[in-house]
Amino acid sequence: MSTHAPTRAEALEVPLSERGPAPRNVVVSFGFWLFLLSDIVIFAALFAAFAVLSHETAGGPSGDDLFDRSRVLVETAILLASSFTCGLMSLAVEQRKLVPATAWGAVTFLLGATFVGMELSEFHGMIESGAGPDRSAFLSAFFTLVGTHGLHVSAGLFWLLVMFAQVLTLGFRPMVLRRLRCFSLFWHALDIVWIGVFTIVYLGAH
Amino acid sequence: MLGKLSWAAIPFDQPIPMIASLLVMLTILAILLLVTWKGWWPYLWSEWITSVDHKRIGVMYILLALVMLVRGFTDAIMMRSQLALAAGGAQGYLPPEHYNQIFSAHGTIMIFFVAMTFMVGLMNFVVPLQLGIRDVAFPVLNSVSFWLTAAGVLLVNMSLFIGEFARTGWLVYPPLSELAYSPGVGVDYYLWALQISGAGTLLSGINLTTTILKLRAPGMGYMRMPIFCWTALASNLLIVAAFPILTATFAMLLLDRYLGFHFFTNEAGGNAMMYINLIWAWGHPEVYILILPAFGVFSEVIATFSGKSLFGYRSMVIATMAICVLSFMVWLHHFFTMGAGADINGFFGIMTMIIAVPTGVKVFNWLFTLYGGRLRFDAPVYWALGFMVTFVVGGMTGVLLAIPPADFVLHNSLFLVAHFHNVIIGGVLFGAFAGYTFWFPKAFGFKLDERIGKAIFWCWFIGFYLAFMPLYILGLMGATRRMQHYDVAGWQPLMLVALLGAIVILAGIVLTGVQLVVSIRTRDQRRDPTGDPWDGRTLEWSTASPPPAWNYSVLPAVNGLDPHWEAKKSSKSRLQDGPDPKSIAVPRNSPIGFVLAFFAVMAGFALIWHIWWMAVAGLIGALMTILAHAWRVSDEVEQIVGSQRQRAAT
Repeated sequence: MSTHAPTRAEALEVPLSERGPAPRNVVVSFGFWLFLLSDIVIFAALFAAFAVLSHETAGGPSGDDLFDRSRVLVETAILLASSFTCGLMSLAVEQRKLVPATAWGAVTFLLGATFVGMELSEFHGMIESGAGPDRSAFLSAFFTLVGTHGLHVSAGLFWLLVMFAQVLTLGFRPMVLRRLRCFSLFWHALDIVWIGVFTIVYLGAH
Repeated sequence: MLGKLSWAAIPFDQPIPMIASLLVMLTILAILLLVTWKGWWPYLWSEWITSVDHKRIGVMYILLALVMLVRGFTDAIMMRSQLALAAGGAQGYLPPEHYNQIFSAHGTIMIFFVAMTFMVGLMNFVVPLQLGIRDVAFPVLNSVSFWLTAAGVLLVNMSLFIGEFARTGWLVYPPLSELAYSPGVGVDYYLWALQISGAGTLLSGINLTTTILKLRAPGMGYMRMPIFCWTALASNLLIVAAFPILTATFAMLLLDRYLGFHFFTNEAGGNAMMYINLIWAWGHPEVYILILPAFGVFSEVIATFSGKSLFGYRSMVIATMAICVLSFMVWLHHFFTMGAGADINGFFGIMTMIIAVPTGVKVFNWLFTLYGGRLRFDAPVYWALGFMVTFVVGGMTGVLLAIPPADFVLHNSLFLVAHFHNVIIGGVLFGAFAGYTFWFPKAFGFKLDERIGKAIFWCWFIGFYLAFMPLYILGLMGATRRMQHYDVAGWQPLMLVALLGAIVILAGIVLTGVQLVVSIRTRDQRRDPTGDPWDGRTLEWSTASPPPAWNYSVLPAVNGLDPHWEAKKSSKSRLQDGPDPKSIAVPRNSPIGFVLAFFAVMAGFALIWHIWWMAVAGLIGALMTILAHAWRVSDEVEQIVGSQRQRAAT
C-alpha cells in the first residue's frame, strides 16, 4: 500500500463509507439530527395520545368551543416568520457578519417570545374559564401537546440568548458555529412540529 | 420545608428493609473509609469519575450492572423462598405490601439497571475498538450518560431506606399507579429514577449511533463492520426511536399524579389502556435492544473459537436489521386480552411469529459456523452453546404465546414468567457473561480464571433449568404471577425445586465475585502480553491490552472483514501504515457528568418528596453546570505516545 497521502482525486474514488472518520462538523450535525428525531418521537407519542383522547371531553368544552382560529393563525404566521429570520441569521453567520447576525437573531428572539406570550395568554384564558388541563382527558392531552411545544420554543429562546453571549465572548470559533447550526436545526424542527399542531389540534377541532 | 418527608419514612418497624439498608450503608461507608485511608481519591477522581474514555466508562457501566445484579437477585431469592413457604394456609414471611414492592423492584432493577446497563457497558467498551477509532463521537456526553444512569440507580436504592418502592409491578400500570390507588412515594421513586436514567440511555443511544455511522477506520465500509457493531447499531437505533416513547408516557403519568391531569385515570375520560399500548410500544423494542447486542457477542465468540469467519455474514446483517424494524410491530402481543378483537389480535400474532424467522436465520448461521470448525472449549464458548439450547426453548414458548387463544389461557401465569426469564437469562444474561469473559483480558490485560468461569456457567445453566422449568408446569396448572401465597398445597414441591434452582444460581453469583478476586490476585501468571489472547479476528485484538487511552496510535487501514485475522494469516505485523506520532490529542476529562448526576439526584429526590425549593435548586444547579461547560474552550489534551504505552504495560 502506498505511504503518501492520498490526493483529492484518489480520495474521491474511495466510496464515502470507506473514507474514515467524518469531520467534526458532520459528526456534530448528524448527532443533533438524531436528537431531533428522538424529540419528534416524543411529539409523536403526544400526538397519538391527543388523537385517542380528543373526543373525551367528559361533558366539558370541546376544541370547537375553545379555540380562536384566527388568533392561532397569527401565532402560526409569527412562528413561521421567526424561522425565516433564523435562516437570515444563519446566512449572516456563514459570512461571519456580526451585526446582521445579531440583528436577525434579535428579531427571531422577539418573534419567538411573542409566540410564547400569545400561547401563554391563550392558556391563561382557558384555565380562567374553567377549561384547565384537569377538566377532561381532552384538555389534558391538549395542554400537554401544545405546552410541550411551547416549552421547546422557550428552551430555544434561552438557547438563543446563550448563543448571543457565546458569540460576543468567544467569537465565531468553530465550536460556536457548530452550536449555531444546531440551534437553527432545532428552531426549524419546532416549526415543522407546529404545522402538525396547527393542522391536527386547531384546524381539526370538532 | 421538607415536603412529605418525615421520620415516618424510615422503615423502623420493618426489620428486613431496615437491616438490609443498614448493611448496605455500612458497606458503602467502609468502602469510602478505605478509599480515604488509602488515599485513592485523587486517582479515582482523575482516572475514573471524571474520565471520558469510552473504555473506562464501559467498565464502570459493567461494574454498576454487577452490583445491581446482586440487589436484583436478593429480591429474586426472597420471592422464591416466600413462595416455597406460603402454601396451603401459610402466609410465608413477607407481608403482601412488602412482597409487592419486591417483585416490582426485581423487574425494574433487572431490566433497567442490570441487563440494560451491562449491554450499554459492553457496547461502550467494544464498539470504538472494533471500529478502529479513538473514542465515541461525543466523549463528554458519554460520561454524562453513565452518571445519569448511576443517578437513577441511587434513587431506586434510596427507596429501600427512605419511604417505599412501587407496589404496582415493574411497568406501573394505571389506574393502580394513579394517585387514587398508589398515594405513596413508591411510584414517584420509580418514575423519577427511570426518567433520569432514561435520559442517560437516550443520550448514549444517540452517541453510539453517531459513532457507528460516522466514525469508522479508513476502509471500513458498512459491510466490513464486525457483526457486533451491526447489532450495536440496531440496538442503538431502537434506543433512539423507542426511549422517547417511554419518556413521554412517564411524563403523562407524572402529570396525572402531580397536576391532576386525566390521561390514564378512571375519571374525566382518561384511558388506562392507552398507557399499556404506549408502554409496550417502548417495551417490545426494549426486548430487542437487550437481546441484539447479545446476539452480536455470540456471533463474535462462535466465529473466534471456531477459527472460522462467521457463516452468512450478509444474512446475519439482514436478519439483525429485519428484527430492528419488526420489533416495532408486535407490541400488542403483551395484552391480547385487552379486547381489541380477533382481527387485530390475529395481525399481531402473525407478526410475532414472523419475527421468529430472522431469529431462526441467526441460529442456523451460528450452527453452520460451528460446523466444520475446530471449536476451542474456553469459557465464553460454554455460554454461547448454553445460550443456543436455552434460547431456542424460550423462543418456542414465545411462539406458543403468540397464538392469541393460547395466550388467553396463559396470560399473566407463571408460564409467561418462565418464558421471559428463559429468553432474558438464556439470551441476554448468558450473552453478558460471554462478553464479560471474552473482553475482560482486553480491558485489563489478564484473563479471568478459566475453571471458576466454567463453574459459574454450570451454576447459571443448571440453576436456570431448575428454577424455571417448574414455573412452566405451574403456569399450565393455573398458578398466576405476582401472588404472595397460594391455596393449592400440590404446587409446593415444584416451588421448592424452583427455590433450589435459585440457590444454585446464587452459587454462580458468589463464584463471580470469587473469580474476580482470584484472577486479580494471580494476575501476574495470567498476563497476556500479545493483546490477542483468544486468537481473535476483529480490530480490537490488534492493539495492546489494556489499550492506550487513544486505542490506536495510527488508525488501522481496513480492506475486508476480520482484518486482524487476515493480517495474521498474511504474516503482516501491523495494520497501520506509517510511524507512530510523537503525541496524540485525547479528549480532556470533565467532571460535568458527575456534577449533573448530583443535581439530578437532588432534583429527583426533591420531586419525589414534594420539596419544591430543593427541586428548583437542583434544576438551577444542573443548568449552571451545563452553562459552565458551554464555555469550556479546549476539548483535548496532548499525550506523549511513549509514556502512556509504558504506563499501560505496568
